[in-house]
Amino acid sequence: MTDETAKVEELVHQDYEHGFVTDIDTDTVAPGLNEDVIALISAKKEEPEWLLEWRLKAFEHWTRMAEPSWAHVHYPPIDFQGISYYSAPKAGTDGPKSLDEVDPKLLETYEKLGIPLHEQKMLAGVAVDAVFDSVSVATTFKEKLADAGVIFCSFSEAVQNHPDIVREYLGSVVPVADNYYAALNSAVFTDGSFCFIPKNTRCPMELSTYFRINAANTGQFERTLVVAEEGSHVSYLEGCTAPMRDENQLHAAVVELVALDNAEIKYSTVQNWYPGDENGVGGIYNFVTKRGDCRGAGSRISWTQVETGSAITWKYPSCILRGDNSSGEFYSVAVTNNYQQADTGTKMIHLGRNTRSTIISKGISAGKAQNAYRGLVNISKRADNARNYTQCDSLLMGDTCGAHTFPYIETRNASAIVEHEATTSKISDDQLFYCRQRGIDEEDAVNMIVNGFCKDVFKELPMEFAVEAQKLLNITLEGAVG
Amino acid sequence: MLTINNLKVGIGNKQILKGLDLTVNTGEVHAIMGPNGSGKSTLANVLAGRDNYEVMSGTVEYDGRDLFELAPEERAREGIFLAFQYPVEIPGVNNIYLLKAALNGIRKHQGKGALDAVEFLQVVREKMKLVKMDESLLNRSVNEGFSGGEKKRNEIFQMAVLDPRLAILDETDSGLDIDALKTVAEGVNSLRNESRSIVLVTHYQRLLNYIVPDYVHVLSDGKIIRSGSRELAVELEEKGYDWVRQEARAA
Repeated sequence: MTDETAKVEELVHQDYEHGFVTDIDTDTVAPGLNEDVIALISAKKEEPEWLLEWRLKAFEHWTRMAEPSWAHVHYPPIDFQGISYYSAPKAGTDGPKSLDEVDPKLLETYEKLGIPLHEQKMLAGVAVDAVFDSVSVATTFKEKLADAGVIFCSFSEAVQNHPDIVREYLGSVVPVADNYYAALNSAVFTDGSFCFIPKNTRCPMELSTYFRINAANTGQFERTLVVAEEGSHVSYLEGCTAPMRDENQLHAAVVELVALDNAEIKYSTVQNWYPGDENGVGGIYNFVTKRGDCRGAGSRISWTQVETGSAITWKYPSCILRGDNSSGEFYSVAVTNNYQQADTGTKMIHLGRNTRSTIISKGISAGKAQNAYRGLVNISKRADNARNYTQCDSLLMGDTCGAHTFPYIETRNASAIVEHEATTSKISDDQLFYCRQRGIDEEDAVNMIVNGFCKDVFKELPMEFAVEAQKLLNITLEGAVG
Repeated sequence: MLTINNLKVGIGNKQILKGLDLTVNTGEVHAIMGPNGSGKSTLANVLAGRDNYEVMSGTVEYDGRDLFELAPEERAREGIFLAFQYPVEIPGVNNIYLLKAALNGIRKHQGKGALDAVEFLQVVREKMKLVKMDESLLNRSVNEGFSGGEKKRNEIFQMAVLDPRLAILDETDSGLDIDALKTVAEGVNSLRNESRSIVLVTHYQRLLNYIVPDYVHVLSDGKIIRSGSRELAVELEEKGYDWVRQEARAA
């Protein structure tokens, strides 16, 4: 037993694989936040007047809001004036038009991550909008998407080229004053992705974005907006890794999805930001607001997330089921090891009739980590025949970690059917011994058991993402059984 | 094949095996019988490498090697198979996926190449017939929702696929009705050959009507107190364990 514990310790202490910092010239403003900084960001990005006003309105709300403290996470107070709110790679006055123009060091970074862009171009069916720090530097597959009428570009480009669409939908799902971090993001966001699928169009490929945090001490404020018009369909993949660093980094993204009548949006995330070292030093604070609006009848929004990174994750991808017969889904695997903390879940707001929602959440805790599921199912008065099914399973590895479940169910309509199932289990010595007795290594056995536990979620991921997710899970939990 | 010498094993502060000797040669079938708490399952688990037991003294040689130097998975790859008394459920892990990983792990250890999906399925189909396994069990999660009989059948099916040199069957008969017992026994009999040794651990002699052993040993209070042929089991059935215990004391 002691031998095994020693081995487990050693494996747990394996270093973060994607730990490196690219040495690249950055154009970074001095730390601090005030109206001048916001005006500077807006000016640097040559934004229209209305957007600057929108940002300032958000800032004004933010200054009057208090940082939320209800989540089951603990961290020292964040010095919001100590953060630099703008950082862009220096790539000349104009953005690069092809990969040849991209800083070679940047490309090197991607290669270390195993996502060389020139290979990405050849990868069948995946277009990549690469976000490096806060400015998009390369976008591929544009031509093919343009043929289908799909707009997929950086948020800044969208502001320049499609201002009317942006203006119509920006903040329509997550209002500027929605919550503390959403307000902050609205005030200072620098870039992100924009995606528009026109009527009755099936997006011809999976859309994929890789995010990466690079410059030291720079908050990352991404803004993503996906609009699916009537009868359209899109599958969007978001995946991220980060270099190793000592200071905590705040990441407060906002993602808004809008699905009109009979439209379908599938949004998948694999999150692998730096979780801090084994003593809990460093790591990303990931405070994200993700919300989808099933605005039209018969629309469908599906969130699938695999969360393995970040020191603290605070994230509730939600669905507002506004249209009649609309449906929302949330499939989540959240893994925490060492001193990682996760407070994640979803909100399903049933407003329309015959709306349905499904929540499958799998939490895995190891080391000294804390993992909480927090979910709200709200059935409004008008939502006749609403249905919800929630399944919420926790897996504990070792005896120094924690799993918590905070389900909230509010029903104002007697025809609603809401089901909630929850389990907590441990990887048992019996299961491990059984596998090993059949000739399977302990590590492989743990991976097999954990992947089995997460199967219901992984099967929702697009194929190539499912493979990456399993790999990440295995790296995160290597030997974490004691 | 297997030589156990004066083996003493405890769990916590309690000593369970108190100097056990046993020799199993290649191709032999040995039955270990004994009342509850005599140490039968402890013996099976210690041989397979379960780590919550403490080996206090004694030696176990397997194929000329010190068995205790091998991790459980190494023992498995060297040909030791334990059919569990209570096969555990592993939700979400496909029965056949686990078996393929196991078989290819063993093959790799033997310096053989991994079987591809088609070759593997061929082996599976052939071995399924031995224990009349329902095909639907293949793609279910390991043991999840299996009946008692299905679990035991699945163990023998795994044994057939993994082709061990030493199979230890821990109370494989427990919880089976007579038809299921016959099926399982037939499966085991079909796997008997001159290069494979089998150790049957059982409380009842009922199983031995169907799987006829070469030797029978009576385990009581952590020691083998009597060894004999098939007839010993019959005699035991008539006279009970107390009879052997008294005889042993008298001797």
